Amino acid sequence: MYPYYEQDWSVLPPENNRRFNPAFNMATIRQAFTEAVERVRMPTPTRLRDLIRQIRAARTAAEERAVVNKECAYIRSTFREEDSVWRCRNIAKLLYIHMLGYPAHFGQLECLKLTASTRFTDKRIGYLGAMLLLDERQDVHLLITNCLKNDLNSSTQFVVGLALCTLGAIASPEMARDLASEVERLMKSPNTYIRKKATLCAFRVIRRVPELMEIFLPATRSLLSEKNHGILITGVTLITEMCENSSDTLMHFKKDSGNREIVPNLVRILKNLILGGYSPEHDVSGVSDPFLQVKILRLLRILGHNDPDASEAMNDILAQVATNTETSKNVGNTILYETVLSIMDIRSEGGLRVLAVNILGRFLLNSDKNIRYVALNTLLRTVHADTSAVQRHRTTILECLKDPDVSIRRRAMELSFALINAQNIRTMTKELLLFLEKADAEFKAQCSSGMILAAERYSPTTRWHLDTQLSVLIAAGNYVRDDVVSSTIQLVSSSPVPEQTYITNRFWESLQVANHCEDKQPLLQVAVWAIGEYGDLFMYGANEDEFERPTESDLIAVYHKFLTSAQVSTTSKQYALVSLAKLSTRLQQCVEEIQALITSFGSHLNVDLQQRGVEFTQLFGHYKHLRPPLLEKMPAMQISRISSQNGESGGGSFDDNSPDVIENGVEGGGSGGHPLIESNMNTLGDNTNILLDLLGSTDLSAGGAGDLVAATDLSNAVHKKNSRNANDVAAPVSNNQDLLDLLDLDLSTTSSTTTGAPAGGGGGGGGILALAGDNNQSSVANMNNMLGGLDLGGFGSGLDGSVSIPTNGNDLASMLGGLGGISATSAPLAAPAAVGNLIEGHAGNLLGDLNPTAASNNVLVPPQGPRLTALDKDGLLVQFVSVRGNDCMRIYMTTTNSSDNTLEQYLLKAAVQKSFQLQMLTPSGSVLPPGGVITQEMRVVATSNATLRMRLRIQYVLDGQQQVEQTEVSGFPEQQPSAAEE
Amino acid sequence: MMLFMLLFSRQGKLRLQKWYMAYPDKVKKKITRELVTTILARKPKMCSFLEWKDCKIVYKRYASLYFCCAIEQNDNELLTLEIIHRYVELLDKYFGSVCELDIIFNFEKAYFILDELLIGGEIQETSKKNVLKAIASQDLLQEDEAVEGTLRDIGLL
Repeated sequence: MYPYYEQDWSVLPPENNRRFNPAFNMATIRQAFTEAVERVRMPTPTRLRDLIRQIRAARTAAEERAVVNKECAYIRSTFREEDSVWRCRNIAKLLYIHMLGYPAHFGQLECLKLTASTRFTDKRIGYLGAMLLLDERQDVHLLITNCLKNDLNSSTQFVVGLALCTLGAIASPEMARDLASEVERLMKSPNTYIRKKATLCAFRVIRRVPELMEIFLPATRSLLSEKNHGILITGVTLITEMCENSSDTLMHFKKDSGNREIVPNLVRILKNLILGGYSPEHDVSGVSDPFLQVKILRLLRILGHNDPDASEAMNDILAQVATNTETSKNVGNTILYETVLSIMDIRSEGGLRVLAVNILGRFLLNSDKNIRYVALNTLLRTVHADTSAVQRHRTTILECLKDPDVSIRRRAMELSFALINAQNIRTMTKELLLFLEKADAEFKAQCSSGMILAAERYSPTTRWHLDTQLSVLIAAGNYVRDDVVSSTIQLVSSSPVPEQTYITNRFWESLQVANHCEDKQPLLQVAVWAIGEYGDLFMYGANEDEFERPTESDLIAVYHKFLTSAQVSTTSKQYALVSLAKLSTRLQQCVEEIQALITSFGSHLNVDLQQRGVEFTQLFGHYKHLRPPLLEKMPAMQISRISSQNGESGGGSFDDNSPDVIENGVEGGGSGGHPLIESNMNTLGDNTNILLDLLGSTDLSAGGAGDLVAATDLSNAVHKKNSRNANDVAAPVSNNQDLLDLLDLDLSTTSSTTTGAPAGGGGGGGGILALAGDNNQSSVANMNNMLGGLDLGGFGSGLDGSVSIPTNGNDLASMLGGLGGISATSAPLAAPAAVGNLIEGHAGNLLGDLNPTAASNNVLVPPQGPRLTALDKDGLLVQFVSVRGNDCMRIYMTTTNSSDNTLEQYLLKAAVQKSFQLQMLTPSGSVLPPGGVITQEMRVVATSNATLRMRLRIQYVLDGQQQVEQTEVSGFPEQQPSAAEE
Repeated sequence: MMLFMLLFSRQGKLRLQKWYMAYPDKVKKKITRELVTTILARKPKMCSFLEWKDCKIVYKRYASLYFCCAIEQNDNELLTLEIIHRYVELLDKYFGSVCELDIIFNFEKAYFILDELLIGGEIQETSKKNVLKAIASQDLLQEDEAVEGTLRDIGLL
């Protein structure tokens, strides 16, 4: 026969070929051949490409959908018919359709069938489909495990490669457990192609199931002595993962990793890379294998962290990398960046650290924005460790404030704040102000608050501080946070008189500039406050800086403009009205105009403004004689640094609460001290109520001058921090205004019946402190009880000495002076007012000094922070503010009722997961009148690392009907379990 | 470790997606939509990095295609740019000055190349030559199968 016939039949001459047929020539053979190839070949250039072309030709989304739906229907039908010839092509088409966003889950099983095929083409597409379509949340994905197991044992390296690649991409914990031993076997394969893939597969297996680390440990030994870069880089990656995952493994590698110690071994590899000369295979723009270098540097960082010996061993090589790396391209900077991170993280030498910071300094000047960004980010991380080194690059960092890239500007801003100190505050503030003026809205709030904090901490002079504060208010406009308003007011109030005049003049000037009042309402608020408060100085005091004073009618005209402008917020108008009332006692001519303006608010649509209008009008009529003493100047406020540094100042609530107090006070006064039950809005409503009750029912004999003395003594005692009286509870300064107003207005009616409440010395001082200290959960309810008890029982002995007014300098005098003709009987009343203040939860510095936890626990006005809304239904709004404590998370619940109905027997029940412990403190009440508020504190202690979720059940009785709401809240800030907090 | 890689066009059309984290399909779509909009809205003068949820996003535009990767907090974002660049170089070598159409019509090839460069979100091979060699050998294996299949089809084997 023709033994060669099968092998090479086509080239045989016709006479030797018995099958020769003239019609069966080369051309027809070639044609038949190509057709057959086209029909069977996987990448199906015709059909897959045709489909893609068709889809791309669709002009509308509907057209595209039609094409896809038709094709999907066809593909489904072939799947049903178990067509194995075209399966591969159909899956390929399905994958394209999947990428366009259409559902393709029906191809999952077909992918599995493909992977089980013997053809490589089928496997290649099958595994690709499996990687794209399988979802580890569905059990179907486990069906691939067996297939993978078979292919991991295949004799073809590329089939093994496909299986490893798939496992590396989609290994679920179950798959990882089932196939770990196979992977471990392949890690020892002599074939580098398989070995590197198996190593990364092991990396993935450990990621999913850290317990499996043990079985891979022996196989890692030899990885670092290989020459092949694929093995090296995958090996370093795997070891890095192991070391990061468990400190035991880290120790294992440090002590023993094969023949050599790991650190010198890595140092050797790195040295070979940077000194080894040009190797075309791994060269990237003149740097030898940057990928491997970076991985090694990162592993060195983990090994050298908190390990002086290991750090010592890598100091030299890090210095070498830092100096020898070519930096004209991104690659070089990539390596330098990683080197800097390593230098910062290990126990490196001082010189090396300076070198690292200098590299970052050079980065800041780089023309590549990406490099500037990572430099700022890294500096931000290291600034607290190496402040002086970073300081040297201050000017460069400030330059970055002008960067066109917003992310770079943000980083530069954060870094600038970290760099401010007493020496550079002036220049830094100047730069930051320029930045603030031009900054995007998103920056303004953060930047202004940051500047205020820095100024508070480092300001060289009061004048400078005031100027800065003003500049910030002008530059940030409406974006400043409430804390800036309150801190400015505190600052002005505690400044010496010439400074007060000065800044009031500046405020006036800034108000003159057009459109300030709408775009810069916080400025408006501060300005009218200052003008009202210091109106006499402003208009008639010593004029040192040749300030051009307005006439009284000009001044009133400006107020008129604000008060009638639709763009000015209610809060600003509230400030303006109080200011106007104050001005009525400071100005000489325009009192009638003021009265007219205030009276016009008597019919304002806003209830709050209307109330102010009506109540202040009373001060021009029947109670005219009370106006001057009532509207006396505020005593100086201490700047409450603690609160403002936390960014959650009393300021925000000051802003909100003060008006209510005033109004409640007036109203209470007007109708006999009891009418506040339906009074509005705030917690304070209730509190003030209590206070007034207290005042109203205290039926003690006149205290007179003796009390005044006692009170003065107490205040002195507070100042000296006299230990005997150290438990005096001080009213927080920021609320003095409220207090005074409250007191003043109150006195107008109650002074006749109320006298000298807290007489005597510091004898019974334990009472309130016990409340504040022992009774950490002190809620309003507790306060109520306590005060109620005192009220009924021995009021005198209970409150004595436990309450005082924090005063500095002339404050008590001025405060009392404010009471004017009403006589000294008013003095003691200040004391219960202080209690009221305590109830408000503004317990300030002094209390904080004495008992910080108590101070924070008393807070019932929840701290500022992100509010989680748990329920917002039919006017019932339940919100949470959470604060991380030392050992637990405190969650403050605030329920407000904005409906017209009174909710009774309000009860909140909460449940958390088993891994948390929940403690609920007594709520502030159980009745929610319209506009009423109930607060309650909860504490959550985490026992594991889970995310907190809370299920709530809210019950109340509305119109005699029991109502129940259920809801779930999550999204609390992450809380570490307390055990992990060392 | 890279969490996922997305390729999309300037029109926001997805061209390639590779997920190394197990997200449900819905989440994948949501993430894709979110990132595509965010990145397309960024101006050219902005840097290539953004902080997104608890990971870092690194993206780079090559002609009409955006390459976008999500990496973990302690990964080197500059190196990720190099990985993207390496992938582009490989595509370029394989297709011969690659363009978006190559990746559309041969998307499976683009996946195969990526799978030879990365496994489980980590780089497996730093030599371009080795990656291309592996791809070429596997393509050859497919060709052989096709020829074999054809021969069997027409009764010659």
